Amino acid sequence: MILGTTITLAFRAIARHKLRSFLTTLGIIIGVAAVVTMTTLGNGATAAVREQISSLGANILQLRPGQGFGRGGGGPRPPDFEPDDITAIANQLTGVRAVAPQASTSGIAIYEGSNWNTTVNGTTAAYFEAQQWKLESGRLFMPEEEEAGKPVCIIGSTLKNNLFRQEDPIGKRFRIKGVSCQIIGLLSTRGQGGFGNDQDDVVVMPIKFVQRRFTGNREISLIMVAVDDAYDSAAVQDSLEQLMRERRKIKPGTADNFNVFDTKQISDTLTGTTTILTQIVGAVAAISLLVGGIGIMNIMLVSVTERTREIGIRLAIGAVAREVLLQFLVEAVVLSCLGGVIGLGLALVASLAIAPLMQVPFIFDLRINMLAFLFSAAIGVVFGYFPARRAASLNPIDALRHE
Amino acid sequence: MPKCGPVATRGVPKETPMANDDKRLVTRDAKADAQAVIEMAKANAANPPPPTPELHSPIIRLRGVTKTYGSGPTAFQALKGVDLDIERGDFVAVMGPSGSGKSTTMNILGCLDVPSAGSFLFRDHHVETLDRDQRALLRRKYLGFVFQGFNLLSRTTALENVELPLLYRGEDKATRYRLGMAALDKVGLKPWWDHTPAELSGGQQQRVAIARAIVTSPDVLLADEPTGNLDSERSVEIMELLTDLNRNSGITVLMVTHEPDMAAFARTIVHFKDGLVERIEKGKAA
Repeated sequence: MILGTTITLAFRAIARHKLRSFLTTLGIIIGVAAVVTMTTLGNGATAAVREQISSLGANILQLRPGQGFGRGGGGPRPPDFEPDDITAIANQLTGVRAVAPQASTSGIAIYEGSNWNTTVNGTTAAYFEAQQWKLESGRLFMPEEEEAGKPVCIIGSTLKNNLFRQEDPIGKRFRIKGVSCQIIGLLSTRGQGGFGNDQDDVVVMPIKFVQRRFTGNREISLIMVAVDDAYDSAAVQDSLEQLMRERRKIKPGTADNFNVFDTKQISDTLTGTTTILTQIVGAVAAISLLVGGIGIMNIMLVSVTERTREIGIRLAIGAVAREVLLQFLVEAVVLSCLGGVIGLGLALVASLAIAPLMQVPFIFDLRINMLAFLFSAAIGVVFGYFPARRAASLNPIDALRHE
Repeated sequence: MPKCGPVATRGVPKETPMANDDKRLVTRDAKADAQAVIEMAKANAANPPPPTPELHSPIIRLRGVTKTYGSGPTAFQALKGVDLDIERGDFVAVMGPSGSGKSTTMNILGCLDVPSAGSFLFRDHHVETLDRDQRALLRRKYLGFVFQGFNLLSRTTALENVELPLLYRGEDKATRYRLGMAALDKVGLKPWWDHTPAELSGGQQQRVAIARAIVTSPDVLLADEPTGNLDSERSVEIMELLTDLNRNSGITVLMVTHEPDMAAFARTIVHFKDGLVERIEKGKAA
């Protein structure tokens, strides 16, 4: 008997028991749908995290005084960075694209009747190059403005929207922390940062102005070193650490009193975490697929018992054992493949519906869909074989007498 | 539609009747079947048929056939050495009380079971030497079955039931339809082709079963109490149908029955008793 006929027969047998066939495949349907939906959403989440992190600015080394994130508990306060450090890093290290200092504070910005609490970043024009952050309109700081610490500023789109609404802010003056300041540039919108913060809620000013009027010292709390894409950030990090130890006269064997943080590490760690989570959830869902396979085996065994007479008739008519085996095997595989297809459809609908709710992009991964389908077919073969072999090994005389 | 390919006939001695008959072997799976036929030929070589086949050698020849179920002290000998010849074209009724061995004999004649000892020659093949699948192929090619309980597939139309044996022969859809409808026409059920067994009367169901048995134009039709579940009027109709198939289509009919009225339609009546053939008599139809 040819395979095509066997498949036709399988479809006929399935159509004869529609409800039972549906209930049989339900396990596979749910299993495939669960695996594919989970992995699709997980991949979307990974992609979302990666995108948010890349918006931080790719490959930036953050140089901070002290060890770790804080400045440490006891002991002497580690010294801040000097303006000369910036020049030294820019001139003495290879593989550095841009170096920018940063001194941050926060304060209320007021324009006419509106006010808005925002972040103030004191830095240089190199900041925008390091962050690869383009201007929407206006211009960057002039060197003489940076040198003199003039009250000019470049604002983010969130601040602009809240203070100026539809107005063009370029050339306007507003007050920040009680000081009047002229807007010379408007930044393009960047969206959420890697930690959920709004990167566009910011006022960028020359660092000397911030130091003189707001922080009241010459503190540089952070140096951003943008690594050239052509260079390995780990190697640049090593030479940066070496340079800073020399400049800060740290004796060999003593710990650094500064730390370098690679944003690429956050990126790798976070995407790694979501990938592992996706795999775990996918594996849990795969167990339901296995349970679905056992469901198919159950029903096929029941079906073999129920159809013992039919098998007897087929054997008497002249079916060889192989043909009976094939018939039941094909039936199991057709059932599980049907379940697989319905499951994939369900997964598509579910992913499309849930992705916007989770605020992750919908990414259709053909590989995972193919894999889930092939897996469901394999389940049909594996769990259909035992009942099929039982059917094929029946004695025709006993099978015909079966009540 | 490849009939039995050249592979199938190669290696089979031309003088054995098998070689000619194998040309009727119709299956897509020619290779596997060819192998089976070669095996059968080998089996025959091991137990060579009479060197000079008789002109009218019987289609079925049982010699000293015994059948023992179980072993040891609980062993039960159902057949105690049956000798029986059935001529081609005969209509044989097998009668006898329960436990006389007639069902066991029918199972052996239907190639569903093998004898414990003795020889069963079917078309000069030693069936007792064939394995399960080879006997299945023999049934597929030469035998048709009709059962007491009709044994049709439920929720399946009459035509689909009748087409079933053709599926295993690998016939294409058009041939299946043509032969299936012709068989239904022969049993007078052509207008009922799309009815399921549940929508047919007992007599009609048995006629569908007969159509299924003859759709492959078998040599031998084995009927196990075909009228056992029918009233006398339907029974006579079925017997007339079997008689007609025997006379006009040349099918050898073997029938087990309890009822002398039904046995009367046969040409030969074989009486079984205690696992042996008690006597053979000529029926009224002879």
